[in-house]
Amino acid sequence: MRPSAIRLLNILVPVKRAVDYSVKIRVNPQQTGVDLNVKHSMNPFDEIAVEEAVRLRERHKDQVKSIKAVTIGPPKAVETLRSALAMGADSSIHVEIAENAPAPEPLAVAKTLREIIKRQNEGVDVVILGKQAIDDDLGVTGQMLAGLLGWSQATFASKVEIDPAKKEALVTREIDGGSEEVRCRLPVIITTDLRLNEPRYASLPNIMKAKKKPVEKLTPADLGIDYTPQLETLKVTEPPKRVGGSKVTNVDELVAKLKEAGITAA
Amino acid sequence: MASATLRSSLRLPRLLTRTHCRTFSSSPCVRSVGSLRNFTDEENMLRDAVRRFATDIVGPKVREMDEKEHMDPSIITGLFEQGLMGIETSEEHGGAGGSFTSAIIAIEELAKVDPSVSVLCDVHNTLVNTIFRKYATEEQKQKWLPQLSESRLASFCLSEAGSGSDAFALATRATKDGDDWLINGTKMWITNSYEAEIFLIFANIDPSKGYKGITCFVATKDMGIEIMKKEQKLGIRASSTCSLNFDNLRVPKENVIGGEGKGYKIAIEILNEGRIGIAAQMLGLAQGAFDKAVPYTYQRTQFGQPVGTFQGMQFQIASAAVELETARLLTYNAARLKEEGRSFTKEAAMAKYWASQVAQKVSGSAIEWAGGLGYTRETGIEKFWRDSKIGAIYEGTSNIQLQTIAKFIQKEYS
Repeated sequence: MRPSAIRLLNILVPVKRAVDYSVKIRVNPQQTGVDLNVKHSMNPFDEIAVEEAVRLRERHKDQVKSIKAVTIGPPKAVETLRSALAMGADSSIHVEIAENAPAPEPLAVAKTLREIIKRQNEGVDVVILGKQAIDDDLGVTGQMLAGLLGWSQATFASKVEIDPAKKEALVTREIDGGSEEVRCRLPVIITTDLRLNEPRYASLPNIMKAKKKPVEKLTPADLGIDYTPQLETLKVTEPPKRVGGSKVTNVDELVAKLKEAGITAA
Repeated sequence: MASATLRSSLRLPRLLTRTHCRTFSSSPCVRSVGSLRNFTDEENMLRDAVRRFATDIVGPKVREMDEKEHMDPSIITGLFEQGLMGIETSEEHGGAGGSFTSAIIAIEELAKVDPSVSVLCDVHNTLVNTIFRKYATEEQKQKWLPQLSESRLASFCLSEAGSGSDAFALATRATKDGDDWLINGTKMWITNSYEAEIFLIFANIDPSKGYKGITCFVATKDMGIEIMKKEQKLGIRASSTCSLNFDNLRVPKENVIGGEGKGYKIAIEILNEGRIGIAAQMLGLAQGAFDKAVPYTYQRTQFGQPVGTFQGMQFQIASAAVELETARLLTYNAARLKEEGRSFTKEAAMAKYWASQVAQKVSGSAIEWAGGLGYTRETGIEKFWRDSKIGAIYEGTSNIQLQTIAKFIQKEYS
């Protein structure tokens, strides 16, 4: 009996334009957030996601039918999509919001992604995204998306193997106790952790080719999703400045100091 | 004469609006007015990509390469893999089809980390690749450009022991032998020559014609080019600088680039562009030294405050920043003038001359700002100062640049 046709993999990679990791963050005078007039770049965990998608194509070749990047952000966020295209994505979607609009919250992002996935005629088999964004460190979008779609999820991935024929993913996850291997049925949501891979540098020919790759423009209204924030940030402050320590000469002195600081039980 | 001054003032660049352009200007119209901070998306992406490559891949090897006076082959391979060795070459010839400014950006970003790596990329792109793109036949382009974009490093061989600034007094001869040319002579001060496989050689086919006999030939190392003494230099030590010997080097006639006797024109025109590349290298060098030293001055405290906050230091740092900005504007303006198809020879000479001066000054100051640490080889600041000296010497000495600029001024004003 002939095996059922192997469905080709369509990979979706959501990416976020976030404050660059090398920037020295300063809290704004109103204490409502950080100064955003600084360098932005693709969230490093999302770069790892794009890289993993490209590596899946290098491994599975023609079985990876498409790699599509998607971002939600102001007009400038298209630069992030271009970076993804330069790394090897085939096409992209820009859900554009106004320049000074507040960033959408994870649930709104997950709903947006769900809607986009529904609209993909060819379907989506694998969604790979960063485990968290380095600006808000919320780390929930991938999980929420899996919940909304009812799909399998494998988060904090440090290794990903896909079997298109069996429609399975074998993912090694980094957890507190060590590593865990999970086997998931496709379609699957995977979130990337730091040790999954080291992203490539976009070579100049690929940067030039990225110019010709498509960027589809959408708005939240097109997708019927409300981005009104459900959470209100009350106050943002810097952590307390480090004060100098002191040296102790023996264990008794150490214990006395710890008691003084109220750190011991007795 | 009133009419002469009026005529010459009409030739000065005009500020043009978006909607129309003055038709009696002899230079092509510019469609938009913007600062020199305007770059295309691709140029910005390239800057980021090269910066990361330079920091992550080149950075860790800089000191070792300098101490050993040897370019790590993996860096050359990395440059090819990143598509940085065929920046302006068209896609059909294996390149990236980028703008001239893209090449300038790549050279600048590499120089911020290692001016030796930067000059390797600069010579290959702005001298060798451009000669093929501008003067070679389609057949020659199809043969050589893909190799140059993908894997084979090249050298530009003009200077000799007896001809540096007086380049066209070169003595290397090429004599006809059947359908081939036999090249005899020696070249000196040739960048990349230790690692290069492809060489553009300028030789005279008819000394009775003076400089009009100079012809450009392409040859590969395996045709019999002898690499001789590798110079031990003050700076850019990882960049190989060797003498070459040609002993009846047999080169087929199809390896003549641009036509017999056209070598002078080719060299003059190409060195004009190459000048902007060196300006970019010097600019990157100066910026790299500045970027290494200044943060240190805000950390190092003496007499109860960071040394960078003493007014004397602030004035020095600010002054250096002004000089960096002037070098940057000269360099990028020259690059954009060239892209616009406008005359840029004077501006290129100004950029190269000035950027090399700024590089010397700023890198020297950077050492002093970092004090004793700045003087040690470990921190990598002193290397920039050693590397900067060559800027006033190669691809046209500072005196030659000044002479070029003076000639333009004389023409305009007399």
